Amino acid sequence: MTATAVDVPVAAPPRKGAGGFRRVPKVVWLFLLVPAVVEVAMVFWPALNSFYLSLTKWNGLGAAKPVGLKNFRDLLSDEVFLGALKNNVIWAVGFGGLSVLGGLALAVALNRPRRGVGLYRSAIYLPMVFSLAVTGLFWRVQYQPDGTINTLLGAVGLQSLERQWLADPTTALYAVLVAAVWRQVGYVMVLYLAGLKSTDPTLDDASAVDGAGSWQRFRYVTWPQLRGVNTVIFAVTVIDSLRTFDIVWAMTQGGPYHSSELLSTYMFQQGFTFLNLGYASAIAVVIFALAIVFIITYLVRATREEVNP
Amino acid sequence: MTATAMVDVSPPATVPSPAGHPRRKRRWVFHAVMIPLTLLWVAPMIFVVVVAFRSFDDISANGTAAWPKSFSWNGFTTALGAGAMGRAMWISIQVTVPAVILSLLLASMAAYALSRFAIPGRRAILLTMLAGNLLPPQILLIPVSRVMDSLGIYDTLIALIAIHVGFGLGFYTFVLQGFMRSIPSELTDAARIDGAGPTQIYARIIMPLCRPSLAALAALATTWIFNDLIWSITVIRTEAKLPVTAALLNLQGGYVSNWNVVAAASIVAAVPTAIVFFAFQRHFVSGLLMGSTK
Repeated sequence: MTATAVDVPVAAPPRKGAGGFRRVPKVVWLFLLVPAVVEVAMVFWPALNSFYLSLTKWNGLGAAKPVGLKNFRDLLSDEVFLGALKNNVIWAVGFGGLSVLGGLALAVALNRPRRGVGLYRSAIYLPMVFSLAVTGLFWRVQYQPDGTINTLLGAVGLQSLERQWLADPTTALYAVLVAAVWRQVGYVMVLYLAGLKSTDPTLDDASAVDGAGSWQRFRYVTWPQLRGVNTVIFAVTVIDSLRTFDIVWAMTQGGPYHSSELLSTYMFQQGFTFLNLGYASAIAVVIFALAIVFIITYLVRATREEVNP
Repeated sequence: MTATAMVDVSPPATVPSPAGHPRRKRRWVFHAVMIPLTLLWVAPMIFVVVVAFRSFDDISANGTAAWPKSFSWNGFTTALGAGAMGRAMWISIQVTVPAVILSLLLASMAAYALSRFAIPGRRAILLTMLAGNLLPPQILLIPVSRVMDSLGIYDTLIALIAIHVGFGLGFYTFVLQGFMRSIPSELTDAARIDGAGPTQIYARIIMPLCRPSLAALAALATTWIFNDLIWSITVIRTEAKLPVTAALLNLQGGYVSNWNVVAAASIVAAVPTAIVFFAFQRHFVSGLLMGSTK
């Protein structure tokens, strides 16, 4: 925020080119070239390779055998893949929806400075610093057959709801989702708090004077001003959902019976457990294809800030 | 926290609200909602801490959620010793420290070139670099393990450092160049007239001025790299070389029903990032906001 808000508009009088130097000095090219080479070697070159590998059959030994689009055709009839795709949609909607609802509600509640707000905020975003794997283990402890969740349910007389949350195919995905949301809400709250800070308080006051209730003020005055933040959160959440791996790997490894399988975990199993490298690359390409729209959304937003702070 | 306490504008003594009571009542409702909610939020953490300090016998006899009847360090000593969390912690430090320093060094160099010089196509380069960081790691995993293999560094910590640096660069560069562009050119012009070259301007003027953004990014990068799982299990094969997060999952497999050990190990894995968070809370939050909102 600080970083981009102070950008120089592009329409401003041309800066004395090249930071005062008449031409770009050679050493400056080197400054750019070294990091660029590292990123090309570690990111772009491998990414291109995945596209090629997705058109082959390969177990890692010998040469990859080109098979055209066979891997993608196979994916269409692979029930585990289709299940993972469906789970990924559930995940994106549940993870995104719940963390936005929770994060926004908490940001609105904790926006105005009052006694205790700092403490509440810290408590809510503390889980965000734990790794997803740690979060997963924290929650595995809760979900134990004799853990807190079941004990609490028993204590309030809901014994019938007690179950083996992570071992039950009907609940495993949602049990993992709850843990992921617990960690994400704080992050979304931080983003919304920043968004709320940049809204114009005089508009809110003016509408209050005009007799608008607090829901109306939020809906018609504050919410429209949060559009930018919403775009970013939407893009980031979907990108994150498609990447989600660690927490599922730590809690269920996609099981039981693939009931909590996501595209990322299925890809990892195909690639690193079964060594179907071509097939796994095809899954990776699908993940990429789904993510690219949102990556572009994010980049467009980033450019707009660049041009028009 | 102190900051918010100081700007607290609520005392009704000086600002008598029309009907003092409703306002006080609303504040009471606010805390009545927030206190239980906050407790609910931290309850899972507290519970894990309690389990970690109970003895194995107590847990297996009374259940994980029972009221603690024992106090024992065994969970921690087992996790750090036989569970290999101590060794993994040292490996994580060996990976995180160089990876953070190298990332920020390389990113600041690229950001300097892109922000202060008329490099043709600079915006396209910048956005391409940022896009690299947004790619789903899945599309990189298999080729990256092959690249590391052909470089002869597969299954070494160097490979892990390399991929962390390469993958994070785009984001750090993007954030830093935004900040560097905001530095007035008068500052660098004066140095240039005094005969300073581009390298000196970078080292003596730009970098010191970037300290706040560098601190924020360092806090963020430390937690990202320390918390990583997927890259570790992709480029490291040998169990003895696994960093904390991956070692934690291994340990979980080996101590299936020893919940005190698992809980203790996850606390060990969580403490370093929690320290970074509390020590650099302000930097951390501003780091999260960089490049993500306006």
